[in-house]
Amino acid sequence: MKWVLVCVITVATVALVAIAWFQSGGLQQHTMFSAVTPEEAVQALMTEIQAHDYEKAYASLDRTSDTDLASFVRDIAGSDSSLRTYSSLQSADVSPLHADQDQALVRVRMTWSSAVGSLDDVRDLRVHRDGSVWRVVWPKPAFATVPPQVVAVNYLSWDVIGRNTSQNWGAQDVESPKVRITSMNAISRPGRVVVLGEIENEDTVPAYVNVNATLLKADGNPIEEEGSFDLISHILLPKQVSPYRIDFPDVRIDAVKSVRMDARALLVPASADPVIAVEGQTLGKDALNRNVLKGELINESGRPVNIAQVLAAYYDTSGKVIWVSDGYVDQALMPQVPLPFAVDIPDDVAARIKTYRVIVNHYSRASS
Amino acid sequence: MKASTPCYSLCKDGTRLAWSCLLAICVLAAQANAADLRVPAIVDADRAFSISLDGAGEATFYLIGPDHVVKRTVTLGGALQIQSSDVRAVGRYQVIVCGSSCSSATFDVRATQPAHISFFLHPSRVPVSTPGSIDATAFVFDQNFNLVLIPSTVAFQVHPTNGTSFTRQGSTRLGVTWIRMDSTTKEGRVQVTAALRNVQEARVIQQVASEACGLHIKALPNGDSVTLETDPVRDCSGNALPDGTVVSFTKVDHAGKSTVDTPIKKGIARVRLSVHGSAQISVACGVVLGNEVTVNGKL
Repeated sequence: MKWVLVCVITVATVALVAIAWFQSGGLQQHTMFSAVTPEEAVQALMTEIQAHDYEKAYASLDRTSDTDLASFVRDIAGSDSSLRTYSSLQSADVSPLHADQDQALVRVRMTWSSAVGSLDDVRDLRVHRDGSVWRVVWPKPAFATVPPQVVAVNYLSWDVIGRNTSQNWGAQDVESPKVRITSMNAISRPGRVVVLGEIENEDTVPAYVNVNATLLKADGNPIEEEGSFDLISHILLPKQVSPYRIDFPDVRIDAVKSVRMDARALLVPASADPVIAVEGQTLGKDALNRNVLKGELINESGRPVNIAQVLAAYYDTSGKVIWVSDGYVDQALMPQVPLPFAVDIPDDVAARIKTYRVIVNHYSRASS
Repeated sequence: MKASTPCYSLCKDGTRLAWSCLLAICVLAAQANAADLRVPAIVDADRAFSISLDGAGEATFYLIGPDHVVKRTVTLGGALQIQSSDVRAVGRYQVIVCGSSCSSATFDVRATQPAHISFFLHPSRVPVSTPGSIDATAFVFDQNFNLVLIPSTVAFQVHPTNGTSFTRQGSTRLGVTWIRMDSTTKEGRVQVTAALRNVQEARVIQQVASEACGLHIKALPNGDSVTLETDPVRDCSGNALPDGTVVSFTKVDHAGKSTVDTPIKKGIARVRLSVHGSAQISVACGVVLGNEVTVNGKL
């Protein structure tokens, strides 16, 4: 009986230690140090990145990697208050592309979680054999720089002086901007109804706009009300047009008789700077064979744009908006430096696209 | 006429009547004695006057107006002075005097001479050449901000920066009058003043350029890039669209499509784009499309 108790306690202790080891990432660490296959080497590297242990991750790289620790960290963790600096690696899917005796090519799809949703970063990494283990060759990140210069910025900006609340009834105030929904289209998507279209600021002052839609039943009662949230450019300069998209999850289109639209605009201070050009826009496939609209953003101003969001509206042959998609760029837009972007397009929509239009939302920490 | 049912005796009955019910009975009782009070039928707001009280001894005086109630002890048999501050708001007032019995009377207080104008000019910005787009509404008040219901004539004096001044008149009806105007063809500030005797209220409206008209770009190739520049962007009346208005340039070439939303600066929108081979370039401002140009030898 005495020995039975000893055995039980011993087994329980070993089990608890094993659980703790698993939970503290011991298995992953073991995998990293073993790294007996190229995939394991990449997976181990991703584990270190996930743990924000960049020094260890850097130490595990192949010696032929042409990068220093600072560049590696900047490449992985982001800089300049970009969206990547507010993100963390959620998961990494590793798939081998090619392998021979001493080197291999492995594709890793990193999924970063951020405040605006998950962001994918797909990279093809070379992996070298180093004795009994495999090590990742991290390519030297190409951080484009522009020569020191002075950029004159003299675009218009608007300030607003509102009505003094102590003034009498009837005292004059500045009018809210006039905005107009120029198109609206309600479509059925798998598991949801989507209302999309475009809105224009018709006024001569900037507007902060929001579009809400209410789906109505045949008897006129509302089914659901939703807003465009971040699928719109909220700040619209005079005559600027923004696409919008409003999703109604778990609603069927046949239950909807009509849609009530509500566009609201507020007069806000704004600046016409920065101007962001969207160059080289093409429809194509990405590395994961998904339909995407890709191109490059160029910040034509003299200061960084910390977070940029690309909004794209797609039109069919009749000029109707058939889809609106968006994508965040997880790097900061440095002045004059092109930065690639890609936004997803559903397969069935891609086949019907005649033309498209892209605009860029931006957030700069200094001028927020 | 004496009150047949004095309030006092009702209250003393010991029955727990609600206060409002008691007041109502008192008022009903008092109304039967209206002849005991001599009050003017109509008085001007904010003007003192007197009420003649018959009888002898002391009584409680109530003045119930639209915005306040006065209660004080008075001596019967003389004139009771009503302070100007007690009749500042227009409306129907009720006087109740309760001595051994209650008496009541009513009188109306009316607004005095116009002293204030509340003036609404809507909107504060309006595109040029828009019919019926400007509303000017004036409410006429006396010095205590009572609405003056007696008809009076308000003059709306319109002073455009670019154009001839003119005046239109409107007669108030129930204290309010309004006019509707078209915006003129020239942009700029328009001052509208509502005037009544020596009372004036001024508001300013900004007439702004309308939609772009005849939007036109020219392309200046320079190596592998092209500088695109609009002609001065104007509306159909020739007014320049304000700086900051967004003009969208779109270029399609072998490298794909490029778009730049650039604001007008000093009346002109300008952008530089790189070009790969032949390129089609178009321009738009809001929902207005401009011309298209082809660069690389076919300009």
